[in-house]
Amino acid sequence: MISEQPRIQTKAPVRPKSANWKFSLVGIFFGIVFVKAEVISWFRIQEMFRLDSFHMYGVIGTAVLVGMISLQLIKRFNIKTVQGDPISVAPKQFSKGQIYGGLLFGFGWAITGACPGPLFAQIGAGYSVVAVTLLSAIAGTWVYGAIQRKLPH
Amino acid sequence: MLDFISQPWPWYVAGTLIGLTVPTLLILGNKAFGISSSLRHICAACVPAKLPFFSYDWRKESWNLWFVGGVVIGGFIGGTLLKNPAALTIAPDTLRDLQALGVRDFASGLMPTDIFSWGNLFTAKGLLFFVIGGFLVGFGTRYAGGCTSGHAIMGLSNLQWPSLVATISFMAGGFAMTHLILPYLMRWVM
Repeated sequence: MISEQPRIQTKAPVRPKSANWKFSLVGIFFGIVFVKAEVISWFRIQEMFRLDSFHMYGVIGTAVLVGMISLQLIKRFNIKTVQGDPISVAPKQFSKGQIYGGLLFGFGWAITGACPGPLFAQIGAGYSVVAVTLLSAIAGTWVYGAIQRKLPH
Repeated sequence: MLDFISQPWPWYVAGTLIGLTVPTLLILGNKAFGISSSLRHICAACVPAKLPFFSYDWRKESWNLWFVGGVVIGGFIGGTLLKNPAALTIAPDTLRDLQALGVRDFASGLMPTDIFSWGNLFTAKGLLFFVIGGFLVGFGTRYAGGCTSGHAIMGLSNLQWPSLVATISFMAGGFAMTHLILPYLMRWVM
C-alpha cells in the first residue's frame, strides 16, 4: 500500500489522470465506424487483396484525403491544441524496415484480415478468440524488440 | 434513424470519419494517429525484460492505450447495439474463391465463424489464423514502424515518402500472401 504512493506522485505531474479519458471517447467513435463500415471484416480484406471490391480502397483513400486536407489546414492556419500548445507532427525516417517489416505485416494482414486497430474492434464486436491473435501480435512486437539490433534497418 | 445507422456505412462516410481522427487527435493533445504503438506500450508496461526497445516511460504514451480501449468498446457497440441484421454482401468472385478454399460460413456476420472461433484454437487453423497471423502483424508493424493508421493514413496525410514505401510494402505483402501463399496454407488447414 505504502509503496504505491510514490508511483502515483511521479505519475501526476506528467499528465493529470483526467486528461486521457477523452481519447477513449475518440476510440469508441472510431471503433463504431470500423464495425459499421465493415472495415474489420475478414471478408472485406479478402475482397481488397483479390481486387474484387472497391470498398476498402475507397475507405483508405478517403481517409488519407481527409487527413491530408486537415493537416494542411492545421499547418496553414497554425491551429493549436485545445490546451493551446502548438501542433507538430514528427517526420517519418526511412529505414529498410518499412520494406521488410511492411511485407511481413502485409502477410499477417491477409491472414488475419486485420491490422492492429481492427484486432481491438473485432474483440469488442464479439469475436473474442481474436484476443489470441492480439496476444500473438504483442508477442511479435516483443520479439521484434528483442532482436531489433540483429535485423537489417 | 437506428435502422439507417444499423445498415453498413458507405466507404465515403467511413473514410471521412476515419480521416477526421487525424485532426481530432492532434487538436485534443498533439497526438499522432497510430495504433500499433499500443502493442509496444503493452510490452513496455508488462514485459519490458530490460530490453532497450521497451525501456521508456510508457505512461507518457498511455493516451494510446485509452484510445485502443475505446476501440474495443466501440467494436462492442457497433457489433451489438448497432448490429446490421442482414447478412454481409460479399463480392461473388471472392465468395467463390473462398468457397473453393473450404470456407463455409458466409452468413453469420463480419467474420467466418468456421475459422474465427475458440474451438479452432488448438488446431492447424488456430495456428495459422491466430498465432502465425497475429505474430506477423505485431512483428511486421513494429519492424515497419507503424501500421495502416500510422503509415498509410497519418504518414501519407503528412506527405511522408517513407510511409508511402511502407504502404506499398503492406499491400505487396497482402497480395503475395492472398494469391501465392494463403491458398496452399488454407488447403492444408481447412
